[in-house]
Amino acid sequence: MALKIVKGSIDRMFDKNLQDLVRGIRNHKEDEAKYISTCIDEIKQELKQDNIAVKANAVCKLTYLQMLGYDVSWAAFNIVEVMSSSKFTYKRIGYLAASQCFHESTDVIMLTTNQIRKDLSSPNQYDTGVALTGLSCFVTPDLARDLANDIMTLMSHTKPYIRKKAVLIMYKVFLKYPESLRPAFPRLKEKLEDPDPGVQSAAVNVICELARRNPKNYLSLAPLFFKLMTSSTNNWVLIKIIKLFGALTPLEPRLGKKLIEPLTNLIHSTSAMSLLYECVNTVIAGQYWFSVGSKELCVQKLRILIEDSDQNLKYLGLLAMSKILKTHPKSVQSHKDLILQCLDDKDESIRLRALDLLYGMVSKKNLMEIVKKLMLHVDKAEGTTYRDELLTKIIDICSQSNYQYITNFEWYISILVELTRLEGTRHGHLIASQMLDVAIRVKAIRVFAVAQMATLLDNAHLLTGNMQRNGICEVLYAAAWICGEFSEHLENPMQTLEAMLRPKVATLPGHIQAVYVQNAAKLFATILKSQEGNTDSTAAQDTSQLMIDRLPLFVQSANLEVQERASCILQLVKYIQKLQQKDVEVAEEVNALFAGELNPVAPKAQKKVPVPEGLDLDAWINEPPSESESEDEQPKAIFAKEEPKHSRPRHTEVDEKELARRREARKQEQANNPFYIKASPSSQKVYQDAPGVEHIPVVQIDLSVPLKVPGLPMSDQYVKLEEERRQKERAEKKKKEKKKRKEKRSGRGKKHDSGPESEEDITPAHQVDIVTEEMPEVKENHSSKFSNIFFLHLLFWVCDDKKSSKHKKKKQKKEKEEKEKKKKKKHHHHHHHSDGGGEESVQNGTVEEEEPLPVSLSHRLINPQVVYDIQGNLQDGSQVVVSVIFENKCDSFLKSMEFNVLDSLNSKLQRPEGSGPHDGLTVPFQLPPGVSNEARFVFTVQSIVMPQKLKGTLTFIVKVDSSTHEKLDFKLHFTCTSYLITTPCYSDAFAKLLESGDLKGSSVRLEGVNMPFHHLLARICFHHHFSIVERIDSCASMYSRSIQGHHVCLLVKTSGQTVSIDAKCDEPTLLGNVLDEIKQTFSQC
Amino acid sequence: MFFSFMLLFSRQGKLRLQKWYVPLSDKEKKKITRELVQTVLARKPKMCSFLEWRDLKIVYKRYASLYFCCAIEDQDNELITLEIIHRYVELLDKYFGSVCELDIIFNFEKAYFILDEFLLGGEAQETSKKNVLKAIEQADLLQEVRHLIKITVDK
Repeated sequence: MALKIVKGSIDRMFDKNLQDLVRGIRNHKEDEAKYISTCIDEIKQELKQDNIAVKANAVCKLTYLQMLGYDVSWAAFNIVEVMSSSKFTYKRIGYLAASQCFHESTDVIMLTTNQIRKDLSSPNQYDTGVALTGLSCFVTPDLARDLANDIMTLMSHTKPYIRKKAVLIMYKVFLKYPESLRPAFPRLKEKLEDPDPGVQSAAVNVICELARRNPKNYLSLAPLFFKLMTSSTNNWVLIKIIKLFGALTPLEPRLGKKLIEPLTNLIHSTSAMSLLYECVNTVIAGQYWFSVGSKELCVQKLRILIEDSDQNLKYLGLLAMSKILKTHPKSVQSHKDLILQCLDDKDESIRLRALDLLYGMVSKKNLMEIVKKLMLHVDKAEGTTYRDELLTKIIDICSQSNYQYITNFEWYISILVELTRLEGTRHGHLIASQMLDVAIRVKAIRVFAVAQMATLLDNAHLLTGNMQRNGICEVLYAAAWICGEFSEHLENPMQTLEAMLRPKVATLPGHIQAVYVQNAAKLFATILKSQEGNTDSTAAQDTSQLMIDRLPLFVQSANLEVQERASCILQLVKYIQKLQQKDVEVAEEVNALFAGELNPVAPKAQKKVPVPEGLDLDAWINEPPSESESEDEQPKAIFAKEEPKHSRPRHTEVDEKELARRREARKQEQANNPFYIKASPSSQKVYQDAPGVEHIPVVQIDLSVPLKVPGLPMSDQYVKLEEERRQKERAEKKKKEKKKRKEKRSGRGKKHDSGPESEEDITPAHQVDIVTEEMPEVKENHSSKFSNIFFLHLLFWVCDDKKSSKHKKKKQKKEKEEKEKKKKKKHHHHHHHSDGGGEESVQNGTVEEEEPLPVSLSHRLINPQVVYDIQGNLQDGSQVVVSVIFENKCDSFLKSMEFNVLDSLNSKLQRPEGSGPHDGLTVPFQLPPGVSNEARFVFTVQSIVMPQKLKGTLTFIVKVDSSTHEKLDFKLHFTCTSYLITTPCYSDAFAKLLESGDLKGSSVRLEGVNMPFHHLLARICFHHHFSIVERIDSCASMYSRSIQGHHVCLLVKTSGQTVSIDAKCDEPTLLGNVLDEIKQTFSQC
Repeated sequence: MFFSFMLLFSRQGKLRLQKWYVPLSDKEKKKITRELVQTVLARKPKMCSFLEWRDLKIVYKRYASLYFCCAIEDQDNELITLEIIHRYVELLDKYFGSVCELDIIFNFEKAYFILDEFLLGGEAQETSKKNVLKAIEQADLLQEVRHLIKITVDK
């Protein structure tokens, strides 16, 4: 019986050694995790045994499992137990496990110090060796401090086996416990001359590593190392020494002179590539102290490496070449052929290295050739990653240092156009931004660019294949913008306009469609201008009709930006059409919308304008508005002015003390204000008055090669042309070209004549504008401010004198957009209201027009009707849009209407940035007699549980014979109902809502309601924005939601003339008010 | 020179050996291993043995079904790293007698012992193959034959 138990335990204990475990894991591929977890359970049992052999076996298995990714940190203590076994077999396993599993945060490491010390001083060198090896992996600062002395002693051990290990591990000890370096260093230095080559090389290794971290402390060892270098035959040691010298030479240039000879000898003689590579690298890195001749030698050797069939050598050769390129570009450039060859390599990493090199190798002379070669590679490149890399590199190479190497921008545009043919590239936006940049900055190229872009737009369908997914369609963004902005250069604008309004455009991403729409408008303006000059007026009307026919497609777009622009432009075109039908010439005015030219301004240009003398930019021009001194102080100031004797001296005192404080406060405020833009328009104007404008830097790029008239837009043509051209005599040619271009330029349009480039400097073919000298007042402000924003946004300011009104319009449009969805429903409402003509009070949008008729005669005369409708905004729980219909019922013309509301704490009218809290909003239209129009205003509302009334005024100018200012007071009634939004609800969801118990109940009884039940329900639905969930006979459940997500549930029952409404809502106040409003609705009928 | 770590893994991405010469937490080690194994296995056979990875340089070489992969610092010599890897393979070959992946799987502790005799703290400690093998043999001699059953029964 007892024997059986023993036997059983033996069986269990020894059923697995490491090999069994490995085999077992391999046999349980299906359920590896499960198998291993049973193994770990077994191991845990084994670790509980007292037998060290069993434990060691378990620890060995754990080491294996640790490698497979299992956590074995729980066995750390058992590992220490095995480490401390007196038997080498187990100790070896223990240290191995420790070196694999322990790290600095393993706490049992603290327990090992004495054990390790014992092992280090063991008479058995292998015990010591194992301990040193283990220590090298898990040494902590504590261990390093405690054991540094022991290890230092071992550096002088009798056995070289121990000495070399001790020397090497000293490096780890130095890292963890730097104080040990000073006492240990003499002994370490001694080891450089150890009779055993292994120990010697270990010492070289350690000193070399130390010297790399802090070279100047090791300069004194240079002679010793020099001796070693000339005597050693061990390549690995030589490499170390050369590396060490590489670190020392920057500190002691004389070393360089001494080293060059042995280094060149090694470069010539060695057959070991690793040593050769090290020597070459060291020579390259030593930029100043090695002669040019030695660099040439290196380049030659590198060429051999690159030509080698071994990929590794090729790669390293290119890598080293790129280092030389930085200091000696000339010597690399002569190997262009070789580097271009590497572009054909099978290995992508080699091709990428070669590409890197090309970036630095281009010059004006070889740019076209190199890019041509790259374009060939683009065509045949397989992987998209590499092709994308090529594409970015081509653009990088061409655009580097401000297009420094481009001599012909037509060629560059053609390259960009060719690149658009790439399928599946992610870099459409990159190409697009280049096109825009070049077209805007190089004025002379615009004609060509516009023609190319028009072709692109025309052939957009070629790109549209799977364009949605890839980024190449971004190019159309640039194309559309360029065609629109520079539409005067278009040869056939009508064709381009049609291309831009194709139905297929609607499949493009929203932001591109938006550009299409906007630029279609620009094109339209240009076309009108050309057509109106003709006698045939139908052409112009046809163009308008085209716009009117095509734009509705965009009005329906799901993209808000597109929708907004399209509907805006559509209205504009309709209006234009009306005028056209009356034979009014509109082209001038339409063009004025987009008048003015964009001038690129360098981001830093503003800084270069000197501040005129005597101008203190920080000083206030006006009395500073102060927040701390409230209104009650202001009358004082006025009062003080009446007594100048007292106020004068006091005033200046305040100025000096206060100014600093205020300035600080203002700076603070500006820093916190995201809309604050450093160059404020007011200070800008001051600059302009000053004579400093000429100082704005105009960067002109000297392009010696003049413009070529292109035969074909293919970039290859340019290369050929370029070659031909270079063969001809330069001076003569230049003169001719100059003339040619002069002619061309004068024929190109008056606009350019005023430009600075056409006057004297004829040399560059295409000039890259950074800044042009004539900076129109407002434009330039904005272009500098918004230089990072897309051009489209700039368009709002292009027309400078209309800036302010446009700005506001934009704001309002945005607000309007938010409600676009509800438009249709609203229209319905409005009809209803306007039918009622303001006399009838409609519940949800009560016409609270305060019409105190007796007040003045003029009111009766003018009597504009204000009808409004309030709608909550579902997207934003705190926004309410109020649509106001203005109807002019009098016989006079109304204009300059300003709508203003006195904000309450809870509700505020949203005003454009920069306007004060009491400013009115301009109503964006005028009202001829008998006409009505609608405007929308957005309010922010904090709490929606209470109804409230806002007082407001409408000021306007009446034009009868003379203009008079008039005022109309009104009240806006925000009922709680207006915060409800009709939301359908299913009966099961409704039931769940009621069951949830979160809702509080309330009820109301209506007496004497004399209408059919379905009328009653319809009334509630209509006026109070409810929807019917379920209706059974004379009982119905209804539901609605507030803009802030409150649920409102109604149960409406009727019997005879009595209607009872049981209601539940999560906000009792809101519910009470809604019920009151419902009650009111029915009391009025 | 001092390697940061050395990894051996199979073509299937199974880790066969790992040696870390810089202290890192298990989590980081796992992450690095996963990332590197993926990167290296994704490379085509004709590609060169070096890649830049984070701020380190990775040098790897494939021997039969096993990838040997080392991480070195920026200024270190790639070619000598390849030589060290090759030397280690030679040592394994000598020790096991034409080594194969299975030898390393089943005797993984031996593979570690050899590596520890060859490299210490990430630095080559012995340039002579003979010396390394001699040290291993002698240490192995010390390791007794396991009479585990006998010990237990005695007890």
